[in-house]
Amino acid sequence: MLSRVADSIYWMSRYVERAENVARFISVNLNLSLDMPGEAGQQWWPLVVITGDDDEFQSRISTTTKESVVQFLTFDTDNPNSILSCLRSARENARSVREIISAEMWEHINKFYLLVRDGGTLEDVLDDPYHFYEVVSLAGQQFLGVTDATMTHGEAWHFCQLGRMIERADKTSRILDVKYFILLPKPSDVGTPYDDVQWLALLRSASALEMYRQRHGRISPVNVVNFLVLDKEFPRAVLHCLTRANDSLHSISGTVTGSFSNVAEQRLGQLRAELAYTHAEEIIAGGLHEFIDDFQQRLNCVGEAVFESFFAKRPLETISH
Amino acid sequence: MFQEQSAVLFRSSREPGGESAAPGDQIDGDALDYDVGDFHDEMFDHDGRPRADCEPLFRRMLTMSWDDLIRRQRAADRSMVQLGITFNVYGDQLGRERIIPFDIVPRIIASPEWQILEHGLRQRITALNMFLQDLYHEQKIIHDGVVPEHVVATAVGFRQQCIGLTPPRGIWCHITGTDLVRDSDGQVYVLEDNLRCPSGVSYVLQNRQLMKQTFPQLFERTSIRPVDDYCSRLLDALQYLREDHVRTPSVALLSPGSYNSAYFEHSFLAQQMGIDLVEGRDLVVSDGFVYMRTTKGFERIDVLYRRIDDDFLDPLVFRKDSMLGVPGLMNAYRLGRIALANAPGTGIADDKVVYACVPQIIKYYLGEDPIIPNVPTYVCWDDAQRQHVLANLDQLVVKPANESGGYGLLIGPRASAAERAACAAQIKANPRNYIAQPTLSLSRVPVLCEDRLEGRHVDLRPFIVYGRDVYVLPGGLTRVALKKGSLVVNSSQGGGSKDTWVVS
Repeated sequence: MLSRVADSIYWMSRYVERAENVARFISVNLNLSLDMPGEAGQQWWPLVVITGDDDEFQSRISTTTKESVVQFLTFDTDNPNSILSCLRSARENARSVREIISAEMWEHINKFYLLVRDGGTLEDVLDDPYHFYEVVSLAGQQFLGVTDATMTHGEAWHFCQLGRMIERADKTSRILDVKYFILLPKPSDVGTPYDDVQWLALLRSASALEMYRQRHGRISPVNVVNFLVLDKEFPRAVLHCLTRANDSLHSISGTVTGSFSNVAEQRLGQLRAELAYTHAEEIIAGGLHEFIDDFQQRLNCVGEAVFESFFAKRPLETISH
Repeated sequence: MFQEQSAVLFRSSREPGGESAAPGDQIDGDALDYDVGDFHDEMFDHDGRPRADCEPLFRRMLTMSWDDLIRRQRAADRSMVQLGITFNVYGDQLGRERIIPFDIVPRIIASPEWQILEHGLRQRITALNMFLQDLYHEQKIIHDGVVPEHVVATAVGFRQQCIGLTPPRGIWCHITGTDLVRDSDGQVYVLEDNLRCPSGVSYVLQNRQLMKQTFPQLFERTSIRPVDDYCSRLLDALQYLREDHVRTPSVALLSPGSYNSAYFEHSFLAQQMGIDLVEGRDLVVSDGFVYMRTTKGFERIDVLYRRIDDDFLDPLVFRKDSMLGVPGLMNAYRLGRIALANAPGTGIADDKVVYACVPQIIKYYLGEDPIIPNVPTYVCWDDAQRQHVLANLDQLVVKPANESGGYGLLIGPRASAAERAACAAQIKANPRNYIAQPTLSLSRVPVLCEDRLEGRHVDLRPFIVYGRDVYVLPGGLTRVALKKGSLVVNSSQGGGSKDTWVVS
């Protein structure tokens, strides 16, 4: 498949996943603000930090309020990672590969974009935020469903899958990081109902609460890390995402798993293997935030390697007649 | 019965107590509140009665209430936005896209008339293809004095680089979108030939799809010639070009990219044919072969359906500043290693001074009279004709020979004295570059307006595919000037479109 097309498909998929996850970030905070008394529930700045766009935010926006942060993350077209910007980029990418994706995928992504663009004002959203962000994350999941059900599971689909899984692994790790930034548990809070409430809200925004309960029952930090990072079967768990991404990478190249034929496979394989052979206790002992930071950097290196291996222009000499 | 049903159609605006139910105001079933005017109407005769071939459709649409029709129109509008059937607007900073407004009342062409048009188009394309081959080789038509040498030598579309080249299978104009218009006397004329990169066929296919959703019951009971096989025929025609060298030729569509106004069409056609949509930057020429850059390395291409102009095809041969083209592409073409559709060099036939010669061209190569006439055309390089044009500027339409899309046009009857004087000066300065035609009174069709049907001017662009044989898509794109009184059907200037039915 054309390198340019693969690039567009990969990013289309990443942007849809990103839009869905930004909606999840906002909803975890909204959830918390409802459950937490007083100031603790009104921390919006950490949300901006987690998305990595804090410099951008500070340079343009004077006050950090619920309104300004929600606006910045939802509708701000100057913020490339707002939900609306992500969907616009996803749609632009989709538009440039319309002949490759299914008609249903294009229609869905187009509707999804229009849904958010024309979805109402900030006031409307804040009036019924639960509904709005649920609709957005549902539309993201529907895109996935439409993709799986209408697109041949060939090379293009694997690039979709690769983009989605890399993006999701990154965002699940960031949802976990909310705990570090927002909650800053005072020693006195640990083990109290508030602590429990915080973890519950976090699991809920990763759509993980029910599945977590089935697997681990009671809420404990170790088990939450175990579930959101190291679970092999939960579809939003980091390890699961890396495994699926790895499978797709190998389907694209035709190399058997366990070996590698390009830098992307090498880096992703190493990262995945390390996680697969780690205990949750070790992660917490080394510091969850530090772990997440390091993981995100290494995942970025995988992303760069994907670009080099598949999308970048190659020299002419490699043509073999 | 007829009167009763028409009353149903206009119920919403005629409800008791409504403003329009003024004393003495009669509901006239025959006139239907529809004013045919001094024009040829495609659906109604001069007395306002539906033409025989339109009557069944008309009767069925009348059984729907006005509100129902409006509801269906809205549903069709929504579908267009959701399907993303759009075109880009040049110069729009926000990158907005617009839909081409679609009117749900179809334009109907009766089968016997269509047969004549189909023959006429086939005749015209066959002759033009022979003309192009001759022009880039022996130039017999010039030596025999049918087309003047100086006209060809000064034509912008004549490509020196193509002299002596024979395109694969000897086909030059693979895809043509001839513009036809009907004057008030009912006669259909060819207005333009469009042998370069005609666009619009995707709207024909999508409009039909929309109509099937909008009026499924009409399709069940009417015999309408299908258009859905266009893409299969196009792919056949493209693969045919290299089938003598490669078992299954690899075909790609070369687009200027997603910011081009016709990008929707490029992507739609590529998808329907299941071929790659490529841009210049995806392609590379090595040892005379054309390759695409893929995730697995380089892949060879045998046929390019190119939707960029000659000028931009290859910076080594045509415009050096082209970022859209592929360096070395023309060399690969010359070596016979890639087929290009349409062939470079066909633009000469779009020159309006050459257009004026087409009736003689048909006669010269085929020994036949043209089946569809040209609009009478005065060429200004000829002294006598120029004198006539200059003396009658207030009645003529003056066109530059090498512009498209209605640019540089002077509509004499609507122009000011100053505009006419400026135009006269331009004609005298560069007579070769101008032609003039009588002002036509384009035929009209009914369109759905706020509370009734009103007549609007239309043209027709049928599409012709020249492959193993010459195929004419039944119907074509009906473009309609939605602004009241307007004659401009171009989508960039408020034009819309309609589904075109060839019915038997």
